[in-house]
Parts: sequence; structure tokens; C-alpha cells
Amino acid sequence: MSDTSGQAALDTFPRLLMHHAAVRPNRPAMREKEYGIWQTYNWAEVAENVRAIACGLAELGFRRGDRLAIIGDNRPRLYWSVAACQCLGGIPVMLYQDAVAEEMAYVLQDAEIKFAVVEDQEQVDKMLEILPDVPFVEHIVYDDPRGMRHYTQTMLKGLDELQEMGRIHDRNQSDFLNAEIAKGASDDISIMLYTSGTTGKPKGVCQTHGAFIAAAKGATEFDKLSENEDILSYLPMAWVGDHLFSFAQAMYAGFTINCPESGETVMTDLREIGPTYYFAPPRVFENLLTTVMIRMEDAGAIKRKIFSYFMGVARRCGADILDGKPVSGSDRLQYWLGNLLVYGPLKNVLGMSRIRVAYTAGAAIGPDLFRFYRSIGINLKQLYGQTETCAYVCLQPDGEIKLDSVGKPAPFVEVKLADNGEILVKGPMLLKAYYKRPDATAESLNEDGYFMTGDAGFFDEDGHLKIIDRAKDVGKLNDGSMFAPNFIENKLKFFQHVKEAVAFGNERDFVTAFINIDLEAVGNWAERKGLAYAGYTDLAQQDAVYSLIREGIEQVNADLANDPMMSTSQIKRFLILHKELDADDGELTRTRKVRRKFIMERYGVLIDALYEGKQSQYIETEVKYEDGRAGKIAATLRIEDVKTFAPQGGKQAA
Amino acid sequence: MARQFGDVVIDLQNISLRFGGVKALTDISFNVVEHEIRAIIGPNGAGKSSMLNVINGVYHPQEGNIIFRGQQRQKMEPYEAASQGIARTFQNIALFKGMSVLDNIMTGRNLMMKTSFLHHMLYWGKAQREEIEHRKKVEEVIDFLEIQSIRKTPVGRLPYGLQKRVELARALAAEPTLLLLDEPMAGMNVEEKQDMCRFILDVNDQFGTTIVLIEHDMGVVMDISDRVVVLDYGKKIGDGTPDEVKNDPKVIDAYLGTSH
Repeated sequence: MSDTSGQAALDTFPRLLMHHAAVRPNRPAMREKEYGIWQTYNWAEVAENVRAIACGLAELGFRRGDRLAIIGDNRPRLYWSVAACQCLGGIPVMLYQDAVAEEMAYVLQDAEIKFAVVEDQEQVDKMLEILPDVPFVEHIVYDDPRGMRHYTQTMLKGLDELQEMGRIHDRNQSDFLNAEIAKGASDDISIMLYTSGTTGKPKGVCQTHGAFIAAAKGATEFDKLSENEDILSYLPMAWVGDHLFSFAQAMYAGFTINCPESGETVMTDLREIGPTYYFAPPRVFENLLTTVMIRMEDAGAIKRKIFSYFMGVARRCGADILDGKPVSGSDRLQYWLGNLLVYGPLKNVLGMSRIRVAYTAGAAIGPDLFRFYRSIGINLKQLYGQTETCAYVCLQPDGEIKLDSVGKPAPFVEVKLADNGEILVKGPMLLKAYYKRPDATAESLNEDGYFMTGDAGFFDEDGHLKIIDRAKDVGKLNDGSMFAPNFIENKLKFFQHVKEAVAFGNERDFVTAFINIDLEAVGNWAERKGLAYAGYTDLAQQDAVYSLIREGIEQVNADLANDPMMSTSQIKRFLILHKELDADDGELTRTRKVRRKFIMERYGVLIDALYEGKQSQYIETEVKYEDGRAGKIAATLRIEDVKTFAPQGGKQAA
Repeated sequence: MARQFGDVVIDLQNISLRFGGVKALTDISFNVVEHEIRAIIGPNGAGKSSMLNVINGVYHPQEGNIIFRGQQRQKMEPYEAASQGIARTFQNIALFKGMSVLDNIMTGRNLMMKTSFLHHMLYWGKAQREEIEHRKKVEEVIDFLEIQSIRKTPVGRLPYGLQKRVELARALAAEPTLLLLDEPMAGMNVEEKQDMCRFILDVNDQFGTTIVLIEHDMGVVMDISDRVVVLDYGKKIGDGTPDEVKNDPKVIDAYLGTSH
């Protein structure tokens, strides 16, 4: 992109794609592991395939402005379909591949989908199941033909066949697609991403080529990304983070994306690829660390000693070495040795040996977790953003990492705070509109054109943004002090034994919490202790587990007592839920955020029991199994009290 | 379902099998047609596994004829059956526990490996090409049965349900035209059973493989098989579609017991 006259024209994704195909045709653009081998597609091949899909879609009658639903795991051909749709001036609509049929129906209705590209038989079956609700769907194109032989519906077509049609079309009218690409403008909508929404129905966020290119450009320059980066694309394609990292940034910087073989092989694939640039939500880093810790606990005594000694060294000086701060010679030597014995092999096992920059976002990351990765030399940073801002608002600059902030406003982005602490942002990456929802669009943008994020936060002395909670979730205890549930829940979730937590306290006298234990971590702990258990529900109600969790909560309380704003938010009573909170039951969003209101309704009896001082409570809950059947789980849950601490400053704990 | 059945693959005529004085099978006749899923059911000790063993040449019946693809079968050994396109899985898993999933499935290709042992040790030229060819086929099977994530795992470390799947994979690697499954779903939970059913149907659908299976789970049998033969004490007491068999009083007696 040295040619400035060329640069001016690279304002849509199809043009960027054709540009890469021209200037770096033989560089790998995508890899996919199939039949045990990494298959590589270079930029020229990707462009050729995208052309074929685009022309094929045109042949089927796809017109400018039409919307194309794309559903499935991260497969090269689905990414190509996104680009193909953009070539024709259409709008790709990304759906979560694990969405149940009725959720899919809503989005298909809302976006008035006529064309869909789906991954496999499973998705086709879901589409056919909801067909009566979405009669306007005309064509369903599937990527993987397995199991599709006996489907006779005329609306179904294999992607191979579509591409063949497209190739013929492209040969006969070779200037058709170029003309279509030329018609595109930077201000056209390039993608629709549905917000999972912790409340209400999902909304389609319309983003333009310009917005995502600006976000990709900013991030690329900020972290000096080049065409040599490798990234593993394994997060849902419908998530803004994946679209930014695996599509927009790859298209802008021209680096390589790698699609794993299947959902279960991600860890192996990660190790094989050794990405240089990595993006994962905190829970992935958390799971990795939990696995490492569990395996370390099972290791021999010598290994354990070496590990804990050098982890101590890393804690002391690792992050400083990474940030280029002065560190004593002996520490440097020990760290070097540690790298040889522990950190290096560990990074290799995690598939992180080559990482230059790793990002996490989507939820708060525990300080211990964050420190762990940085201390072993992985440049893990946080970013802050949402679907409406192309996941691009704040980034942590290299060398200025603070554990509890999300960094400084990114290039081209302006951030300011409203009077109530709500974070407002403005910049080229803002959404164009919510699809067919002018009311929602108007509500989310204030009169000065700032997007209202709904998050509450503040800037610290160095200009780093700190996020406290969702602005609407921040409530008050009856004594008037602030109650930020997310803040408390995150502190709880930083314990490896706690998977989810829900805190209550708004307009109450004190704070209480529901806990979900982490079955893997607690199960392993129970195994080592020789505790027998029959399953999640049984394990969760055991005495030993309750005291394990209680210790954790007491630590959180001690920590909260030190925070002048939060000392009254110490948890007084808690219970461990009898089932894991699950997106299928509507308790979490697809991105695993707690749906507070829903949980408050569903588990009302439990909350009452927490505040009425009961020692136990019986509850029956309906659950949905993965195959769609409904069942019931019943249990009597114990409720326990926790010790609270006097706040710093001597005031008595309320 | 628009499925088409072909000619008779194997026709068993008046088969009797004895071990000394024990009559395992007495005068049993039934056939299996191309592309169908044929189930053999019956109470414990009814002779189901013996029947499979007769089909793939492990046991040689004292009486009766076996017509395989139009030809009278002479006395033959299991490997000859295998080279004729018959593959099977076993009731109690017969995998190499210490070997990886991949290596286990590779053994399914054994009969098709043409290059010599020495040549393979050199791993050069034809031996290398052949190995790559076989590996490719094996990878397709791995993909088909969705076991990519355990490719390199030693079989002994896998849960039972997955081991069963690996066994099916090994059988499929031989590219059989007739697949014998001995209790493919024994000891599985509901979800694993559902998966296994789907794979069996997919194999039948995708490759047109004829399948003979022994199964105890009546729900499974009635759902996936085209025709069912019922054995009891080494005798055939029923034969027909799942519905016919289900309502046959003799079958009901054998399964539920009678008060004679």
C-alpha cells in the first residue's frame, strides 16, 4: 500500500481483496486444516473463489442491497461468502452457528433474508425447520455436502455447484463483477452483526466498509501489524471481534487467517500454527490457565517446585522485562533460566511461542490471570469496544499496561464521559444505524453524535479508561452506597473454582451472591481430596465445596474492604446453584454474559431465601438439553453466611 | 427416504452350527440385500454373534449353504472374507490399546497395502506414495466420524463410547461393502447412542454400505433397521420389517417370557 493514488481507492473490502490478489498473489491468505493437513489458499486463489461465489449468487438472482445470511463455524468458504456478498453490494448478515432454530428465525425475519449460505446439514435442517416462519427464504447454499444426498428441496444448492455456475458466468461476462465492485462505496453497509443483547430482542448493527476499515487501519498501525502475521480464527464469525480480527484486519493488513479443523481441535491447531497475533475472550485464557494449573498439580514434586519457583521469579520481574523497565541483573539471569526451563516450554504447549500481540476483550479479565500471561512474556493486552463501535474504542499501548484499565482511546477515536459516568464515544467506526430501528439508533446516539456505550467508567491520572460496570446495572444499596454487581462478580470469577457468579444488592440492605462452581477445577480438587460425587448438582452441595467457595468469597470481601467506594458491597450470604447457568436456558447470552433480569425472575425464590435468612431452599428448575428436550432439575440448596471485614478507615462493616 | 435396495448380497440357507454337543445355530435361513440395514436381535445366548462369525468366516457351519454375491462359498478364513469387502466390529472392543487412534485405523488398510515390509522400512518411492494414499483415506474416515480431536490419542485413554467409534472407523477404513457391527451401542449413554445411530445411517447413506448389526436396544433397532431377524436358542423365530417383528407374538414371548 505504498501507492497513494491506489490507497485512495481501497475504501471497500472487495477492492482491498482484489488489491492483495494483485500485489501479493502468492502470499497465504487462509489456511484450513482438513483431512489432517493444513490446506493453504493464497490471495489469488481467495480472490478467484470469491469471484466465483459472487457470480454464482448473482446468477441465483442476488441483487445490490439484498441480505445474505451466513451461518456456520469459521470456514474459509464462509469468509469468502462474506466477501462475495460485499462484491455484489449486498449485506452479509452473520448468525451464531449454535443459535437454536427460533433465535435464527427472528434474525432471518428481521433482516428479511432471501439467500443464505450455511455450513452443513445441521444448519440446513435448522433452516428447513423454521421455513414456515420465514417463507421469503428462496435459496439455501450449503458448504459441506455430507449427508445432503437425499435432500430434494429445489431451494438447496451446494457451494461447489454455485461456484461452478459462477465461474461460467464470470467467463461469459468477465466485466460484470468488476463493474459491481466499482459501484461499491465506502459508505455502503458492509456487514450486519446482531447484538446478543442482555435485554430485549437482538438488534442488527449496520456497519459500513469505511467504519471497519478505519478500525482495522487504526489497530494495524497501532500494533504495527504486517502481512506476516498469523491468526487463528476460531471465535464465532457472528461476533464483532472475529469480524474485526479475522476479516477486516486481515483484509486490510493482508495477513493470514487459519481456520481450525473442528471446535474440539482448537488447542492442537493453535499449537501447530503458533499465531503471532491472537485474540481471545478472557474465558479462553482462563480455561488455558486452569488446565495448566490442574496439570501442574498432578505433576511430580520436582517439577512442581521448579514451576512454582520460576513462576515466583516471573511474577516479580516478568512483566517489567516485557515492558522494558529496568530490572536487576540477577533477576534477568533468573528470568532467562526460567524461560529456558518453564516459560518457554509452557508457551510452546499453549501455542503462544510466536505471539507478538495478544488481545482480550468482551469481559473483565482477572488481574492474576492477566499478570500470569504477561509475566511469562506474552504481550497480552486489553481492548474495549462493542459491536456498535467495531470493537474499537480503547487499546492498551505497548509498555503502558495497567491491569485494571482498558487503555487509552484508539487512533481516530474520541472518548468522553457523561455526567453520570457513562462512556461516550465518537469516531469513524461508529455504526451507521440499527437495521430498521431508527428509534433505537436515535436512542443510542446523543445530539452531538456520540455513541452512548451504556458502560460506566472513569479516566485515571494517566488518561487510561477504567470500566466499572454497565451504567444501568450500577445501583445503590439501601444505605446509599454504590453497588456495581459486575465488579463484584468479576472479582469472584477470578477464582479458578468459580465459573459464574451473580451478585444482588440493588435496593437491598446488603449484598448476596449465586455461585456456579467450575466443574473441571472443583472436580479435580475433589478428586485429589478423595471426595466422591455423582455430578454437578451433588458436588455443588457438598460441605467441603461450600467451605472452599466461602474462603474465596472471604478473600473478595477482604479485597472489597480496602476499596473506599466498594467496602459496603461485601458479600454477606451466598449459595451455590444446582445447575450451571446456560445460554440454552436463556440465563446467559450467547457470549456468556449473565442475563440479570431473567435470572432474578427465574430464581426469585432463591433470592428471597437469601434475604429472609433461611438456611436452605428447595427449587425446581426446567432445563433444556442439547438435543432440545426439556427436563427438570430439583434440589434443596444450602445458604451460608460469610465473614465480612471492617473497611479501611475503621468504619464498622454494615 | 428415497433409498434403493439392490440384489441379495449374502444368502444364508439352512445354517446349523454345533460346538461338540452344543447347538449354537439350528437350521437358520435369511438373506441380506444390497444397501439395507439388517438387524439381528435376540436374548442373550441366542446365537447372534455366532451368526456374524459365520458370515465373516470365523466359524464354519456343519450344515447349510452360504451364497455370497451369487457364488456358493467354500470353507474360508476371515481374511478372505475381509478381502471380499466384509468388515466388522466386535462386541468387546478389539483395538490396540497402546496405539494411537490414527494407527489403529491405519490397520484397517492392512489388506490393501501392497509394498513389502522391507520396502516400508525404507519408506521410499512406492511405499511412501502408498502410505500417503492410505493416510488420505484414513483421514477421510476420521473426518466422517468427527474424531479429529483424538487423532493422536492412544486408544486406551479414550472413553468407551469413543473407542466404539474408533472401531467403526477401522472397519470403514477397509472400505467394506458389507459391514458387520456387533452391538455397536452397548454400554453407551443416550447421546452417544444418538451419535452412533447417525453415523450408521450416514455410512449406509453416503457409501451405500450394506450393514448387518446386532443390537439389544430395541428403540435403536426399530428406528434404524430396514429388516430384522430374531433368534432365540439358536433358532430363527421371526423375520421381517421392524413393525412386523414387533407385533409377532413369538418374538414378544421370547423377549417378555410366557406363562405356559
